[in-house]
Amino acid sequence: METPALLVEGLTKTYTPGAKPAVESLTFTLPMGETWGLLGGNGAGKSTTIAMLLGLLVPSAGRVLALGHDMATDRFAALARMNFSSPYIALPHRLTVEENLRVYAHLYGVPEAERRIAELVEEFALGEFAKRPAGQLSAGQKTRVALAKALINKPALLLLDEPTASLDPDTGDWVRSTLERYRAAEGAAMLLASHNMGEVERLCANVLMLKGGRVVDAGSPSALLEKYGRDDLEEVFLDIARGRAQAAVA
Amino acid sequence: MAGSSARRIWGLMYRHLALYRRSWPRVLELMYWPVLQMVVWGFVTAYLAFGAPGGTARELPGNAATIAAGVLLGGVLLWEVTLRSQMGFAISFLEEVWSRNLGHLFVSPLRPWELVAGLAVMSVLRTLAGVGPAMVLAFLLYGFGVWTLGPVLLVFLAALMAMGWAVALAVTALILRHGAGAEALAWGVTFGLAPFAAVFYPVAVLPAWLQPVALSIPAAHVFEGMRAALIEGRIAWDHLAWAVVLDGIWLAVAAWIFLAQFHSARVRGALLNIGE
Repeated sequence: METPALLVEGLTKTYTPGAKPAVESLTFTLPMGETWGLLGGNGAGKSTTIAMLLGLLVPSAGRVLALGHDMATDRFAALARMNFSSPYIALPHRLTVEENLRVYAHLYGVPEAERRIAELVEEFALGEFAKRPAGQLSAGQKTRVALAKALINKPALLLLDEPTASLDPDTGDWVRSTLERYRAAEGAAMLLASHNMGEVERLCANVLMLKGGRVVDAGSPSALLEKYGRDDLEEVFLDIARGRAQAAVA
Repeated sequence: MAGSSARRIWGLMYRHLALYRRSWPRVLELMYWPVLQMVVWGFVTAYLAFGAPGGTARELPGNAATIAAGVLLGGVLLWEVTLRSQMGFAISFLEEVWSRNLGHLFVSPLRPWELVAGLAVMSVLRTLAGVGPAMVLAFLLYGFGVWTLGPVLLVFLAALMAMGWAVALAVTALILRHGAGAEALAWGVTFGLAPFAAVFYPVAVLPAWLQPVALSIPAAHVFEGMRAALIEGRIAWDHLAWAVVLDGIWLAVAAWIFLAQFHSARVRGALLNIGE
């Protein structure tokens, strides 16, 4: 049996002892080659979950196996084959795009780094601003650079936090196509936290709906639409977020 | 594995060196304070030791004046090594905080000790770039060559740099704990140690109750050793040994504090938003 990209068991995070957990008893298995979505309103626990999956945050309980490595004891072996992109974490803004990619090529031990950087510059159309400081780029350009950085090591597991936030529809569509191509070409697994329901419907084979730190529903986008009797995932999201889920299902 | 570590450390160094390669004001800034300090203290020393030109000469014999000048200028230059070592380390870390890049660094395979090693090497380079020109100028302007201390100078420099790293590790731990709000410490904390580090005067000058405090600072032993070399022409092995032992203790304690705060930051979830 193939090692799953992520095996998550009973993952729980409580920031303050005695307080309500930010994430509670999260359990799921993300197979290789699939993209899953992590949906939920603000404060639902998406960012906390992603931080625990990346080893940035120590869970209060439960465990994460990423690419077969226990993130509590062997996280660096997993991190070399993972990557992450978020519009909320910047790259050094005084370094040029090329320099940023070179830094991360070294950090991830990318073989033939210059060739890989050239490939990414070509694939993400970064050429016209490759020698410009990252801080001088537009939001769309920054997102492309962040994605190029996230793919520098050809990760087997990619975690994405709102990868198309603040992008115009054209650039957003381009990002989604790029992610689809990458998953198909490399057989990588992706976990995507997003508020863009169209994006989730398009990219994700399965969706975990989070509310108050717990998974309140899960399934493929089509199964959820059928279950809630809705035409699009946004309506399902609103049903769950506003506590209309039971009524809608009934 | 060792090769991978070296490459990751180089990656971190490249991130900083790329900035200096393109920005001459940044390179100039490295030299600015050490050179300025040395020039000011050089003139103060010349005045104290030799008197003002045209004025009354001091009652110091020529050799004593030269030694006094060496003790003061040697103190200035060697203390700058500690300062620049500490600042070079802590400010390289702050660059990551300011650019909100820590999240990316800590989800890469970069180990905490590799981060520390990268910052330490950057601190060596920044110190060389800052204090090296000041040392050359001290020779050209005032005829004081710090290298006249002999090979023991290398041990002095290593001991002072190690103390700078220990202080910087503790400062970095405080930044991990309190965020960018603790950044003022990166600039000023070592200045606060200067009165007790016996930079310009022997430990014996301090009040008796303060002397144990001074003797627990590695730099105090280095400066006692420097004075022994310049005034008595001998190597104070006891002070050298104390400096090395105390550096080991300071580094071990600072590393423990750093690792404890790093773990605490991972428990609190502070690594993602530490720049805020």
